[in-house]
Amino acid sequence: MSKLNKNSSGYIFGFALLVILVCGVLLSVVSGALAEKQYEERELERKKFILKAALGDKMDEVEKPDIAVMYDKRVKESVVNSKGEVVEGLAANTVKLKNEYKKLEKNGSLKAGESINLPVYEVMNEDGSAVDFYVVPTYGFGLWDNIWGYVALQKDLNTINGVVLDHKGETPGLGARITEDKIQKRYSAGKKIFEGDKLVSVTMQKGEGNDYSSDPHAVDGMSGATLTADGVNTMMANYMNLYLSFINAKKS
Amino acid sequence: MSTETQAVEAEVKEREPLFSKKNRKLISNPLDADNPITVQVLGVCSALAVTVKLIPTLYMCISVLFVLIFSNVAISLLRNVIPGRIRIIVQLLVVASLVAVVDQVLQAFAYDVSKQLSVFVGLIITNCIIMGRLEAFALANKPGPAFLDAVGNGLGYAVILIPVAFFRELFGSGSLFGFNILGENYPGNGVMMSPVGACIVLGLLIWFQRSRNGYTEEA
Repeated sequence: MSKLNKNSSGYIFGFALLVILVCGVLLSVVSGALAEKQYEERELERKKFILKAALGDKMDEVEKPDIAVMYDKRVKESVVNSKGEVVEGLAANTVKLKNEYKKLEKNGSLKAGESINLPVYEVMNEDGSAVDFYVVPTYGFGLWDNIWGYVALQKDLNTINGVVLDHKGETPGLGARITEDKIQKRYSAGKKIFEGDKLVSVTMQKGEGNDYSSDPHAVDGMSGATLTADGVNTMMANYMNLYLSFINAKKS
Repeated sequence: MSTETQAVEAEVKEREPLFSKKNRKLISNPLDADNPITVQVLGVCSALAVTVKLIPTLYMCISVLFVLIFSNVAISLLRNVIPGRIRIIVQLLVVASLVAVVDQVLQAFAYDVSKQLSVFVGLIITNCIIMGRLEAFALANKPGPAFLDAVGNGLGYAVILIPVAFFRELFGSGSLFGFNILGENYPGNGVMMSPVGACIVLGLLIWFQRSRNGYTEEA
């Protein structure tokens, strides 16, 4: 065979095609091989978040394999719509919160003609005889990208037991602090979402280091991350509103 | 391009052992006198971005080392068949594929860390150290030396990032590897948590290194 001309278009195209094929095959093999493990990790995180919102710090000490066992034992999943009716035949873990969030208008109300699927996680007491906490997922937008979280309500469906917040791209050290226990605990100190019969949600305030222990609807803010806090507030208000029918139905 | 590489190879005609004196320099030089970050001032972006905590930093260093080794060796193996006109995009493709592999592996086996590193794993693709080594070394050298060069530069990257992360985690959050060191009452230091802190620590490291080595920037 004569020497190939490495500058001919044919050679260049051929070479490019070959490299692309090799890289493509490599990537699809890796991605295929790891997909199941990645899904497990995400599921485990979801379960941990739900349990942590309800049961608090002690979840940090629970080993990974035990989280799934505990979840299966204590959590009852269901899906409701914005009218509070149970959506039959839909598993809570298959609801993609990100897609459901897209059904909302800018002001948080449901787009006309849309029906939203809202997962509800009932965390039962130790012997499984009664519901201890109602955990509901929330989804919204922070400063840069999506944020989400789980809110655990106590049996009265009014007092917040705990929240777990997470984000995709908030600024480290500022908005990303919503993932810190210290910030999330601010929601745990007997904050309430109702004032009488009226839903008022809980609002993170501007500025940091203030005492809001006397106000059940306000929590201390994050200095330098007011816009992320605004996102959290909107998310909380929107979703508490979406779950309102469910909450009222459970209360009566 | 091809005549260039052939000329370089002709110079090293006699087969030299992998760990010859010259080759050992490939590892030792980037650690100090020719460090990619402090001397060549490449890859500074990630040195500022991922050094808030030690554990993610360690994962980042391992990821960069992995990508650097495999891409350097791969490009070195391909050096005589890559068409000169598309060599950059081929390098980019190889690097991007390797980074995607790293990202997938982290998501499967170190989920928490992969969340903390978030976009910065993907940004390894644009890390100048990697493209720099591919262009400057792998394209003109055999796989053996290319491997050593990658190890050297990967470690040279780590040897700067880890001290930066050490000081940032210690003074920023009062802990090391997530364990509290400075006590519960340490209020934390916002400057150290932000990239500004990294800039300061890195500047001090460069100062220290240059005053010790007597290195000065050529005009």
